[in-house]
Amino acid sequence: MTGKFEDSCVISGAFRSRSGRKLSVDPWELSVEAALGAIADAGLEVEAIDGLSTYPGPVGSTPGITAGGTQDMKAMLGLKTRWHTGGMEMPGQLGAVINAMMAVHAGLAEHVLCFRTVWEASAQRQVGSRAKALDDSAMLERTQWTSPYGVGYPNYGALLMQRYFAQTGATREQFGTLASVQRDNSLLNPHGQFDMPLTVEDYLAARMISDPLCLLDCDMPIDGSVAFVVSRADSNAIDAARAVRIEAVGSSLGYEECAAMMWSRTALRPRDIGAAQLYDGWSILTALWLEGLGLCEPGQGGRFIGDRARISRDGELPINTDGGQLSAGRMHGFGQLYEACVQVRGEAGERQVPGGRKPQVVSVGAADFTSCMLVA
Amino acid sequence: MQRPRPHVSDRTRAYWESGADGRLRLARCQACGHYQHPPAPVCPSCRGRELAFEPVSGRGTVWSYTVNRYQWKEGMPPPYVIAEVELAEQPGLKILTNIVDCEPEAVTLGMAVTVRFDEVDGAYVPVFRP
Repeated sequence: MTGKFEDSCVISGAFRSRSGRKLSVDPWELSVEAALGAIADAGLEVEAIDGLSTYPGPVGSTPGITAGGTQDMKAMLGLKTRWHTGGMEMPGQLGAVINAMMAVHAGLAEHVLCFRTVWEASAQRQVGSRAKALDDSAMLERTQWTSPYGVGYPNYGALLMQRYFAQTGATREQFGTLASVQRDNSLLNPHGQFDMPLTVEDYLAARMISDPLCLLDCDMPIDGSVAFVVSRADSNAIDAARAVRIEAVGSSLGYEECAAMMWSRTALRPRDIGAAQLYDGWSILTALWLEGLGLCEPGQGGRFIGDRARISRDGELPINTDGGQLSAGRMHGFGQLYEACVQVRGEAGERQVPGGRKPQVVSVGAADFTSCMLVA
Repeated sequence: MQRPRPHVSDRTRAYWESGADGRLRLARCQACGHYQHPPAPVCPSCRGRELAFEPVSGRGTVWSYTVNRYQWKEGMPPPYVIAEVELAEQPGLKILTNIVDCEPEAVTLGMAVTVRFDEVDGAYVPVFRP
């Protein structure tokens, strides 16, 4: 395909704020830290930012899932913007980045700041569980179907996992291997959330939340923020050598649909991929993305992630090289794209995947809230 | 077990009150016969605008299930089984529900189940038993 909109823009800056379980830092402070970090990383003056994009905006589904919207950011940084958008209705969390790319391609902005902040660790302490918050919120239209049955978010992951096990013969040991490999990766990541390795035996002994989904299949709620700057590819103001290209995006609903769209927009093929940064809100989603993206044969996701050598940093297809959300914390999709940028730039230090600059595939979301990208 | 009462709206009242006579009723397109759940004002199959709640057999199979170990609701101590039941009437016609009246360990994928209702303040919550 020629003249695709992805070619008009690059990620010129990327930054991840301090993050953790007990940061005791105001979440808006984290947003500002990431925003200013990304702008500086792009080599831009703050005044150069003329667009803003975020997910989910100032109003989220549950406490801690967001900290301020585009208008808050505009006010805080004193920006003069030409274009902005934010909200929950978009193709996955990275829809915020895709929207920014479209705005740059359309000429509505030259440098769009994209940001995502979570403070779910603090929210858990301050206001309790997400399940309770849903009952108290304006989502009663949806929760009438779940509340009488005592359904919490992880139960959805468990239902997926149970059926996946039954249909493919996948095992808990295989998912334990994925968790263990991701933990190893996170120990080499300054943003990692743990000090200790995790063995498959540790995983198998972990508290069961909803059979067969255990605590270590769930990502780790943290406070933190990640920001990117999406710039015109022909901008003279950015450092072209450090610019990261988005080779292709997928914005359809569903894993396979998203992947099919992405692969249709590029000559690259799964064999060209250097590493996969796959969403792991629950570990089962990583297996579903792996299959959906065509990185392994249908039904073979469990076997693939159960092969430690294959998915480790020096393996055939390294997965979640920063530790993923299981071990580097729930940055809600933006962490996966951040790690892809770091790897493509060759700035991952000890956890750098060997073999030189290779494209990374990034996927975020689940079910009917999905997006994926090839980062080159 | 004390379930939370579902938040009933005008669009969903017929569903939640259906169990008063022991029968499950789902929204059905009057043009093409397609069932849908949850109920919406248009048929996703033929875009028909005439929908009515009609009784279904109340029989189905367990599409997937999980034994929940975490207390999400005050009146609902774990463990209990959350499941998606695929109804006999139509492939892909699924209801998120609980499997009741059996040990959690007895539930299996594909198991045949039948509806019954738990009343909560005038709302009849469909649950399924072997």
